[in-house]
Amino acid sequence: MSELWELSAAEIGFMIARKETSARAVVDAHLSRIESLDEAVNAFLTLTPDLARATADDVDAKIAAGEKLGPLAGVPLALKDILCIDGVRTTAGSKILENYRPPYDATVVQKLREAGVPIVGKANLDEFAMGSSTENSAYGPSHNPWDLARVPGGSSGGSAAAVSAGFAPLGIGTDTGGSIRQPASLCGVVGVKPTYGLVSRYGVLAFASSLDQVGPFARTVKDAALLLEAIAGHDRMDATSIPDDVPGYAEGLESGVKGLRIGVVSDWIAGEGVQSGVTERVRTAIEALSGLGAEIGEISLPSFRYALSAYYLIAPAECSSNLARYDGVRWGLRARDAKDVVEMNVRSRTEGFGDEVKRRIMLGTYALSAGYYDAYYGKAQQVRTLVIRDFEKAYERFDVLLGPTSPTTAFKIGEKADDPLAMYLNDVFTIPSNLAGAAAISLPCGLADDGLPVGLQLLGPPQSERLLFRAAYAYEQARGPVPAPPLWVTS
Amino acid sequence: MALTREQVAHVARLARLSFTDEELDRFAHQLSDILAYADQVTALATEDVPPTSHALPLKNVFRPDEIGPCLPQEKALSTAPEIEQGRFRVPRIMEAP
Repeated sequence: MSELWELSAAEIGFMIARKETSARAVVDAHLSRIESLDEAVNAFLTLTPDLARATADDVDAKIAAGEKLGPLAGVPLALKDILCIDGVRTTAGSKILENYRPPYDATVVQKLREAGVPIVGKANLDEFAMGSSTENSAYGPSHNPWDLARVPGGSSGGSAAAVSAGFAPLGIGTDTGGSIRQPASLCGVVGVKPTYGLVSRYGVLAFASSLDQVGPFARTVKDAALLLEAIAGHDRMDATSIPDDVPGYAEGLESGVKGLRIGVVSDWIAGEGVQSGVTERVRTAIEALSGLGAEIGEISLPSFRYALSAYYLIAPAECSSNLARYDGVRWGLRARDAKDVVEMNVRSRTEGFGDEVKRRIMLGTYALSAGYYDAYYGKAQQVRTLVIRDFEKAYERFDVLLGPTSPTTAFKIGEKADDPLAMYLNDVFTIPSNLAGAAAISLPCGLADDGLPVGLQLLGPPQSERLLFRAAYAYEQARGPVPAPPLWVTS
Repeated sequence: MALTREQVAHVARLARLSFTDEELDRFAHQLSDILAYADQVTALATEDVPPTSHALPLKNVFRPDEIGPCLPQEKALSTAPEIEQGRFRVPRIMEAP
């Protein structure tokens, strides 16, 4: 008999609905695992046991009363600490929001409440979601459950580590340039970057508003599909929200990939800086998909080599404008004893923000300043158009595209901390989907020769989530179970 | 292109940040590296390409101008470092006359 914390979300939901266990027992099992192991992992910045138990008790009461609940009722979740919960500390991994308790819920949090999903804690992240390792958190890095000396990836590294460690079968992250997919890849879990506008951003602290998107983490494709179904949908509180009905993502998962046209992004497979162990695992996954009847071809997307540099102009530009709101007036840290309001603004921001956030604010402010706007921001927006055109051309020939999620497996804590540009290169395969507002998924495709997980990335056009889930599920079934991280065995 | 320490100090003033001399040097160096990488973009010929500011074809989103529930004043002020008479209080903005 498996421990409760080892089960998938679908299994737990099923058992709770059939009264084989209670939501309360499930939440307690996960909380006690967190209590004994999170000191080593540091996946959470704030635990919310009272909130989780109250939600679980509510689910149990409803089930006892014969109510029929959704498939995730009573299934614990780790929430990235950049989504607001009414009255619960929300830091965005920043000192500037160390004591911030938002006065309202994010729409995603409202939807999770409605689905009866107990939130066990607020997960660690790179400050304001800027980073690829969680090393930019003001509260210390999270550790990868596969090797505690390594990063879990980022920026949603705490959520990915929590799902990988068995602290919760579900997690929520945000993906602006790869911040769900890259940590999913490095921690050996499933992560989905949904189409821009599919999930409401209301109550999500903004980083780069034309790119930010909320999405799910899970250990299985089906669980990720169920969670996306629970959080997606139009929201009048978010003007960029897509006004369409949400299809059932967990339906039709078993339809297979026979005849599906898959385009392998050739420049990514054996590109510069790609670890050979990563290439090898991805090639094995391609063979598996081919064996399932998918039609495999290759494609080169010339504009993609400019995507990273365009992103590192667009995202900082939008960040510099979004983070102007942290001025010490309405919320967050305020420096004491300033002689006037400008000194108060400057000192609050200087004391409150960490180095990477300052770097991006500076970069963005520069790229938007007089005389440079057209050369940098304007040009980057044109590259964005080229990336979208390349995707459109690719989807004339293929249904989905495929490549690695990250060029390498998890790196050591501290290894890239002093080299911002080396850190940015982590996102080279994930950024194009953000620039295009498109959907993509990362799922485990085995271990590299260094014993660390490799992520397979499937990319599709906007609103292709159903297709991506179907392809990912087919591969997942063919692949079979993945090994559990050492943290599962030693604990 | 390489940024000078003076340029970094100027941008810092625009961004309401302040840096020590050591930080100015470090940022000048790091930002120059990142901008050199970004220059790949500036070198690209894109004359006839329209810019994309938003990836999806959503146009202006309107709703009826109706008064609905909103955050009560007390809650909206609950996060403020300092308040007075139902307002956000800040240090002096202008010089005394």
